[in-house]
Amino acid sequence: MSADQNSNNHDIVITTRQLSVYYGKQLAIRDIDLEIQRHKITAIIGPSGCGKSTLLRSFNRMNELIPTARVEGKVYYNEKNIYAEGIDPVSIRRHIGMVFQKPNPFPKSIYDNVAFGARINKYQGNMDELVERSLRQAALWDEVKDKLKDSGLALSGGQQQRLCIARALATEPDVILMDEPASALDPIATLRIEELMEELKQNYTIIVVTHNMQQASRVSDMTAFLSIDRSNLEARVGILIEYGATQRMFIKPEMQGTEDYITGRFG
Amino acid sequence: MIASAETNNSDFKENLGFRQKLGRFFDVLLLICTLVGLVVLAVLLVDVAFEGGSWIRPQLFTNYHSRFPEKAGMKSGIVGSLILIGLTGLFSFPIGVGAAIYLEEYAPKNWLTNFINININNLSGVPSIVYGMLGLTVFGRMFGLFGPDSWLVRVFNIPVTTGMQGGWQFNLFGIPGLAIQLPFGRSLVAGAMTMTLLILPVVIIASREAIRAVPPSIREAAYGLGATRWQTVSTQVLPVAVPGILTGMILALSRAVGETAPLLIMGAFTYVPFLPESIWDQFTTMPIQIYNWITLPQEDYRTHLAAAGIIVLLAVLLSLNTIAVYLRNRFQIKW
Repeated sequence: MSADQNSNNHDIVITTRQLSVYYGKQLAIRDIDLEIQRHKITAIIGPSGCGKSTLLRSFNRMNELIPTARVEGKVYYNEKNIYAEGIDPVSIRRHIGMVFQKPNPFPKSIYDNVAFGARINKYQGNMDELVERSLRQAALWDEVKDKLKDSGLALSGGQQQRLCIARALATEPDVILMDEPASALDPIATLRIEELMEELKQNYTIIVVTHNMQQASRVSDMTAFLSIDRSNLEARVGILIEYGATQRMFIKPEMQGTEDYITGRFG
Repeated sequence: MIASAETNNSDFKENLGFRQKLGRFFDVLLLICTLVGLVVLAVLLVDVAFEGGSWIRPQLFTNYHSRFPEKAGMKSGIVGSLILIGLTGLFSFPIGVGAAIYLEEYAPKNWLTNFINININNLSGVPSIVYGMLGLTVFGRMFGLFGPDSWLVRVFNIPVTTGMQGGWQFNLFGIPGLAIQLPFGRSLVAGAMTMTLLILPVVIIASREAIRAVPPSIREAAYGLGATRWQTVSTQVLPVAVPGILTGMILALSRAVGETAPLLIMGAFTYVPFLPESIWDQFTTMPIQIYNWITLPQEDYRTHLAAAGIIVLLAVLLSLNTIAVYLRNRFQIKW
């Protein structure tokens, strides 16, 4: 882990310290220490059920929507612990946006989908401009500029996912969390999302959970490999095995488990 | 398959002929079960149409009850039913939807919530006449708190009147439209509040189902953009759930239109030869008018007028159900 800590402190957006998440009595992930670098794409990979999504959702306190979920440890966003007392998760989520596995546009017009986040957060600027800018950033503007009043549900799967990205961009976030954003899409739509991520990292920090090794190696700068703790397979607790620059991880992983997973020997 | 039947492998007795015949027998049996309800409805419709069809005449809608069957109508019943249903909808919609939102979106999962859930289901099975008793005590008489001998009246020196519609009449802030009468007595308000209690469990259950049918991904999307719980519910969940809620609401109201028992207890079983001028007036409803006619000795009332009344009542019920189906189909979102 320490091999890649060559970055200055101000380049770190999110830091987790001893982060553990429980669902009821069941421990899902344990003692995760991670530094997410600004304007980079960080991929979280690992076998099914190792807590990738749980980790991602602890970055914007989405786990709290599950009544039994409980978080221990600290998550620093811009050096402030977002789990500290008095921090409102609602404001965290505006700054740390989220794109989900299955495209989930609201059953409203394309325009209203994009404008929603801005409206509920009382955006004071020009809404039309914000909607256009967000759709342009999500590489969707040219396809929908003549049908902004149409339902978001009328778009194709890939377009819906880019609409969801535009919707997340419209709250002017700092970090965008993506939970397997292309797993429900065909290869061409997937490629467009990956290209889009490349463009977005100029202005945003992206953390992406993915099942797809090729995708992780193609798009990400940093990779975190999570897996089940092998010292107690029964408990199925996810731990961080290795974290480092993607290039190095895929060519010369330090841990045997990482190599086994990346080369497809298990997972 | 045929070859296998003819081999001497005797471990299997396929007996296909009998199995297929049994299958066809149950096809027909199940179809007959389904048709029973339909046949009953058809017989009912034919019967009332035959008995009362020719009595559907203008005076049925324009006249009050009369000593002469040819002149008798159910104007006060029709108007009474419509106002009663309107008021009941007005009362039960916000309360029922509010309770449903709380139970689906806010309530913690604990024993208290479970207890409430079980009892809402229990309440939907309570006989309507019980609600009539409750309504009479709580809304109609208000436990006698506003009678001339009540401790409340004596302690606070409330200026009550005596008599049939006696009690305490006052005008909130002196605004003409806001006259209030305590207790509610035999008024439309008392009837509508009782009907509200009666249909609330149904409204809550239907609203909860409509709210639960909204995909969780929509809520996640809204929360993920920094929406508060109320913003998520009011801007995303409710608009999607409203068609389902309205459908359940209308079906519950159409049950209330047909209710007779609670209103009989509430004192709506009277001769009301006028239209209510305010929600504090006495009233009667269609089912009560029909019941009234059936109890009269003359043949024309008992069969023909009652049947005509039933046709009007069924027409109102069917139009309410049609609106419900239309709303469901027109506004349902295809995901």
